[in-house]
Amino acid sequence: MPTKTASKRSSGTKQSAQRRVTEVVAPENERPMRKTIDLGDIEDLQILNEEGEVDEALDPNLSEDELKKIHRAMVMTRKFDIRMLAMQRQGEMGTFAPGLGQEATQIGQVYPLNAKDWFSPSYRSFGAQLWRGWTLDGLMLLWAGYYEGFEIPEGINDTPFSIVIGSHVLPATGLGMAAKIRGDKSVVVTNFGDGASSQGAVAEAFNFASVYKAPVIFVLENNGWAISIPAEKQAAVREFARRGAGFGIPSIRVDGNDILGMIVASQQAADHGRAGKGPYLVEAVTYRMSVHTTADDPKVYRKEDEVKAWEAKCPIRRFEIYLRNKGILDDADFERIGKECEAEILEAREKFRARAKAKPREVFDYLYTEMPPELKEQQEEYFRKLDRKGVE
Amino acid sequence: MPQMTMVQALNLALDQSMESDDRVCLMGEDIGVNGGVFRVTQNLLKKYGENRVMDTPLAECSIIGTAVGMAMYGLKPVPEIQFSGFTMQAFDQIEQNMARMRNRSRGRYPISMVMRAPYGGGIRAVEHHSESREAYWAHTPGLKCVIPSGPRNARALLKAAIDDPDPVVFYEPKAVYRAFKEDVPDEPESMEIGKAKVAREGNDLTMIAWGAMMRPAAEAADDLADLHGIDVELIDLLSIKPMDTETIVNSVSKTGRCLIVQEAPQTCSVASEIIARLNEKAFEYLIAPIKRVSGYDIIFPYYQTEQHYLPDPDTVIEAAKDVMAWE
Repeated sequence: MPTKTASKRSSGTKQSAQRRVTEVVAPENERPMRKTIDLGDIEDLQILNEEGEVDEALDPNLSEDELKKIHRAMVMTRKFDIRMLAMQRQGEMGTFAPGLGQEATQIGQVYPLNAKDWFSPSYRSFGAQLWRGWTLDGLMLLWAGYYEGFEIPEGINDTPFSIVIGSHVLPATGLGMAAKIRGDKSVVVTNFGDGASSQGAVAEAFNFASVYKAPVIFVLENNGWAISIPAEKQAAVREFARRGAGFGIPSIRVDGNDILGMIVASQQAADHGRAGKGPYLVEAVTYRMSVHTTADDPKVYRKEDEVKAWEAKCPIRRFEIYLRNKGILDDADFERIGKECEAEILEAREKFRARAKAKPREVFDYLYTEMPPELKEQQEEYFRKLDRKGVE
Repeated sequence: MPQMTMVQALNLALDQSMESDDRVCLMGEDIGVNGGVFRVTQNLLKKYGENRVMDTPLAECSIIGTAVGMAMYGLKPVPEIQFSGFTMQAFDQIEQNMARMRNRSRGRYPISMVMRAPYGGGIRAVEHHSESREAYWAHTPGLKCVIPSGPRNARALLKAAIDDPDPVVFYEPKAVYRAFKEDVPDEPESMEIGKAKVAREGNDLTMIAWGAMMRPAAEAADDLADLHGIDVELIDLLSIKPMDTETIVNSVSKTGRCLIVQEAPQTCSVASEIIARLNEKAFEYLIAPIKRVSGYDIIFPYYQTEQHYLPDPDTVIEAAKDVMAWE
């Protein structure tokens, strides 16, 4: 389908027209019986570019405190990522899925949420989870294979992350449907990747959310790769945001490494949901800088050049330029914040180490509200096995 | 007490649950305006409105997946899958979320929902409309599965399933939907999930069946008594998971003989599990090998031949005589 890019506005101090509209243009046709169906425009948004230049007309102008909080969360996400990878390599952590380079996508998508809103993530979401209130040591426990890690912190409406790709998007839609039925104003953010967008269940979720006008924000994190399959093999269109139009879902494509763009897009999607207008699709274009998981070797399937090119688009670097230019933080602050985050993570690691006690006697718990007799019997047999092995 | 078919009794159970608890909501294909293809949900849309009786788009995976989300929110959804053969589309959501969300969330999100689905053969339906796959649900940790055999226990079991805090697969024997009527009391009636019922007491042979197979089994039990002098104890299993092992073991300990009647395929079936449990807990009482009259490990036959596939009273009688032949 032919597309054209048109400048939507001319204001702003920078030359780049950073909010573009990708229009679906059908060929002109003279025969009246053969008409063009208008699928609407898809916005393409960038507020803070790779050089750290801001489109002032689009800048959400967040307060200094908010900006500092966001910056710290992004740094914490990155430091946690690096520490977890190191812990895995040292044999202290289980298989882990790093999110290096996706910090803006992570923090931006949950920024407009309050505690009573719902967040239903996929597994590469620790940045957003930390923002929501999951603890560092809790996430360490989770990835290290301890049940306690899956305990959802009190006071927030988050769901456990999904592991089977795209499997959580339908329940997330059901949460939105329920909120709508009960007339509460909460919205649901659910994220998934370019790979998950190929799952039938995800397409079904788009349809249900749209039919029931459920307040669900679908955040499609297009990070370029689904393990070894590049996005261009995942779909025949370059813009995954196009998927929304066919389901009647307003959609926006945003530079996922631009924290301001992510916040504005997510806020716009959340406002839409709260106003009772239904779902929204946010395609965050970002890049998986690291391995898929610690069990993966990207050298097999992608070139280093490609990764290098994305290093220049680092979401934290450009945000720090912005903060420096605004006079909010300086290089000394950045260094201090990095150190503070690292110290906090090391402190959490000590907590994790103290809590990291496997509890084999809990494996039958939480399956049924009341354990059926036949399961009780199996549990007793299992306990006898543990007793014989001298396991507590 | 009014006389009702199973369809009417199920409708009554849904109506009363919806009336007493506004969290109970129904969803499914053609369940609203149309009242369900078997009319189990008739008139409920009119009474409770679109927010509680949802005619959904045609997507079983979505129906179960979104129902799980609604249950996580705190509602009590009762989704209908039009025919149990179509639950396969929803298998993803049943296994990944419905069955394990309570466990994955460490108890934070119990899934109190009931997946209703008409199952089984005998109504001359087209392919994919006659399956009996209760073994799948019994095999999936986190689920419960119940199957009524008549109007009265259907009504009571459905209430119990809706009241249950955990996810229940509610299989409805569609061959029984309108086959006969029973007295069903007006006032709400429930029964304990996980309990079988001794439908007929006897001393010579324990016969175990559930759902639609209770009718040929009961007919065979009558004939065995009248024509062959064999005194059958007939157990209506009612709950596939959890299973009432105690009632089964007690009966077989008394009779020493057991015959299981099921329409599902044989291999790794519920009958297989019953035999395993009796082997573990009643072996010393057995006089004869346990036998099963079962469906076969084939695709359910097209309707011109389904009557030969389904267990019938004659086959059950022959099998019972085989079991009795052991001294």
